[in-house]
Amino acid sequence: MAHTPRRVVTMALAVAGTISLAACGGGGFESSSSSTTSASGSGTSSDTSSSAPTGAALRMLIASSGDAETAAVKEATDAWGKATGNTVEVTVASDMDQELAQGFAGGNPADVMYMDAGKFATFAKNGSLEAYGDGFADNDQFFEALRKTFTYDGKQYCVPKDFSSLALQINTDMWTKAGLTDADVPTTWDQLTEVSKKLTTDKVAGLGIGVGIDRLGAFVVQNGGWWLNADNTAPAAADAKVTDALKYVQDNVKAGNFKMSNDLGAGWGGEAFGKQLSAMVIEGNWIKGALKNDFPDVKYKTVELPAGAQKGTLMFTQCWGLAADSKNKDAAKDLIKSLTTAEQQMKFADAFGVMPSRTDAAQEYKTKYPEDAAFVAGGEYGHGPINVPDLTDVVAELNSQLEKMGTADIAGATKSFDENAASAMGG
Amino acid sequence: MARSKSGDPMRQPVAGWVFVTPMIVILGLFLVVPIVMALWVSVSNWTGRGSPFGGNTEFIGLKNYTDLLGKQGLARQDFMTSLRNTFYYVLGVVPIQTALALLLAVLVNQKWLRGRTFFRTAFYFPSVVSSVAISLVFLFLFAGSGAINGVLAWFGVHGPNWFADPRGLIHLLGDLVGVWNIDSPPAGLAGTKVMNLSLWEWIKGPSVAMTAIMFQVIWTTAGTFMLMFIAALQDLPAEVEEAAMVDGANARQRFWNVTVPHLRPTILLVVTLGVIGTWQVFDQMYVMSQGKPSKTTLTPAFLSYQAAFRDQKWGQGAAMAFLLFLLIFLLTQAQRWLLRDKDAAREKKLERQQRRAEKKAEVPA
Repeated sequence: MAHTPRRVVTMALAVAGTISLAACGGGGFESSSSSTTSASGSGTSSDTSSSAPTGAALRMLIASSGDAETAAVKEATDAWGKATGNTVEVTVASDMDQELAQGFAGGNPADVMYMDAGKFATFAKNGSLEAYGDGFADNDQFFEALRKTFTYDGKQYCVPKDFSSLALQINTDMWTKAGLTDADVPTTWDQLTEVSKKLTTDKVAGLGIGVGIDRLGAFVVQNGGWWLNADNTAPAAADAKVTDALKYVQDNVKAGNFKMSNDLGAGWGGEAFGKQLSAMVIEGNWIKGALKNDFPDVKYKTVELPAGAQKGTLMFTQCWGLAADSKNKDAAKDLIKSLTTAEQQMKFADAFGVMPSRTDAAQEYKTKYPEDAAFVAGGEYGHGPINVPDLTDVVAELNSQLEKMGTADIAGATKSFDENAASAMGG
Repeated sequence: MARSKSGDPMRQPVAGWVFVTPMIVILGLFLVVPIVMALWVSVSNWTGRGSPFGGNTEFIGLKNYTDLLGKQGLARQDFMTSLRNTFYYVLGVVPIQTALALLLAVLVNQKWLRGRTFFRTAFYFPSVVSSVAISLVFLFLFAGSGAINGVLAWFGVHGPNWFADPRGLIHLLGDLVGVWNIDSPPAGLAGTKVMNLSLWEWIKGPSVAMTAIMFQVIWTTAGTFMLMFIAALQDLPAEVEEAAMVDGANARQRFWNVTVPHLRPTILLVVTLGVIGTWQVFDQMYVMSQGKPSKTTLTPAFLSYQAAFRDQKWGQGAAMAFLLFLLIFLLTQAQRWLLRDKDAAREKKLERQQRRAEKKAEVPA
């Protein structure tokens, strides 16, 4: 029988109806209903017991440095899941900014995520993050500077996952060739200038420095300055302590014994150091893995950064962020607790070379990896990144103005940073 | 079925609507709703958490737009920088890619050329490859110690470190011919600020890094547009060409007086698509430069993405997208008017005048 027009109309209506229904179901911006169905099957609701909730299906979003890190995190979360009767699905983000934002905007974010120190405040301000740090069981075991880094508006939002710090890497072959000995390892700015001059040849710069305030900031800290005032309430980059530090670097760049990585034709300081374009470099502990993989022949050692007016370095860290919209906060906190034990932090350190954010684990780490003592030491006197909300574009502008360090207008750059930051922080 | 209900003329529009409903729903869901949402976000203070239509989001009027256009600050400075960069980018890419596409099309359309299919495929090939993959290849080609600088070195030219070089081409050119010194710009230009950027900054031209990206884009898209020109060329009747030959026109005259006029609609299409596509450039910046060096490869589309996803300034990001839309719309209209068929327009105008004159003549009678 041929389709009568009426049947066609009915079918078309049905199709249209289905589509619009589907649209209502999936297209809305409301968070979809919580799904606590678990693979392990017990299915009890998550609020029955606060200490060891079971049956929760947690989701975790990480920005992984590679297979080793992903595998280590998965192993740790699986072990926790098995022990507590929960499941954890670990997703590796390819574009962390975008995937985080998407989750928070959709109202259905991952329960636990890596959260960068420089970005957490923006998410804390718009209410996306749960502030759980202050009541966390072992909270006082973590490095104080790191806990401070994750504090916004008087509340510590999350506990640090691990940390890295900057130190000075020295190419030992070039060092001895220049007639330098262990006694010459620089501990002051003057000595740094002196040895870098001795190490400079027409092909090699004495000291290579990565572009931007994530390296230059170390000099600022050593000079007793910071881009913002002590309580992060107002910008302070035009202060002489900041500009003098930048000036010190610029003078040496002009003289040719310091060179920025972009002038060396390298993507970052480690690449320049690996290609033996610079005899020394200021980089963090990630340089170990990079040199081992890409430039295994380079012999080097790592020492603490020389001090200016005081000892200083920069610390980079991420924390275990907990989404405010998570449906399984207790389970998530329990998971974070298991991921931040001293034992587990050492496992992560062994697997992919990060440094523990707990002081007890850091001691253990220092004994096990004595060559990293300089990095661990940074935990005591290092400074975290700028952690004020809404300053990302202001910091980007400062970085862009300091890109060409040799010719940069330091006074102008710091002045415009202060103006831009003041307007961003005031509004 | 002599008198089925479908014979009822009143039923036909209903059936018609029913058939288009799925499409309306799909278009509405994926086009109209997102656009309306983005428009709302651009006039709201949405912080990126939960639904933009939720309780915490407030209407703040045109603040996001005035921040970008009217207020002295970083937002406007970045937006103006991105507009400047893209202006030079469009100015460089569109004419060259159109001319190159036309040239390639005419070449591979020659009957005497052997292996035409091979060349067509070869020239079209870059358009089929993902722009991300091509961008990565170009990153290596234009690296400080890459292939391009290697070739330049044969000729004794010391190539720049392309993607780390923020110097503008017009600045460099002026320096070369001695109009100014690039390191100490003339005070009149450097001291006068228009919309946050000094005149010196405005006339900078595309940076060396941007130029490398322009090479890549021209190379990629010329093939696509070549295809359109080939299609149009094959529409050109051989008799016309032969008639021109009989009339004694040489190859160049035939190209300018027969081929190009015939291709006018296609040229309009290619230039329009080119202008729209280049103003929206995003992939290359996302993959290759992230706006660096010194923000000289920042474009409105990439800046809008950064403002939203990196800085969590969603309203500002959405506002930029709408301003970009407005700009492209105006430019396309202006360009349609500029490239209109002037003979046809004149004829139409004449016709209208005649009709009016006739009407006037009728009225008193």
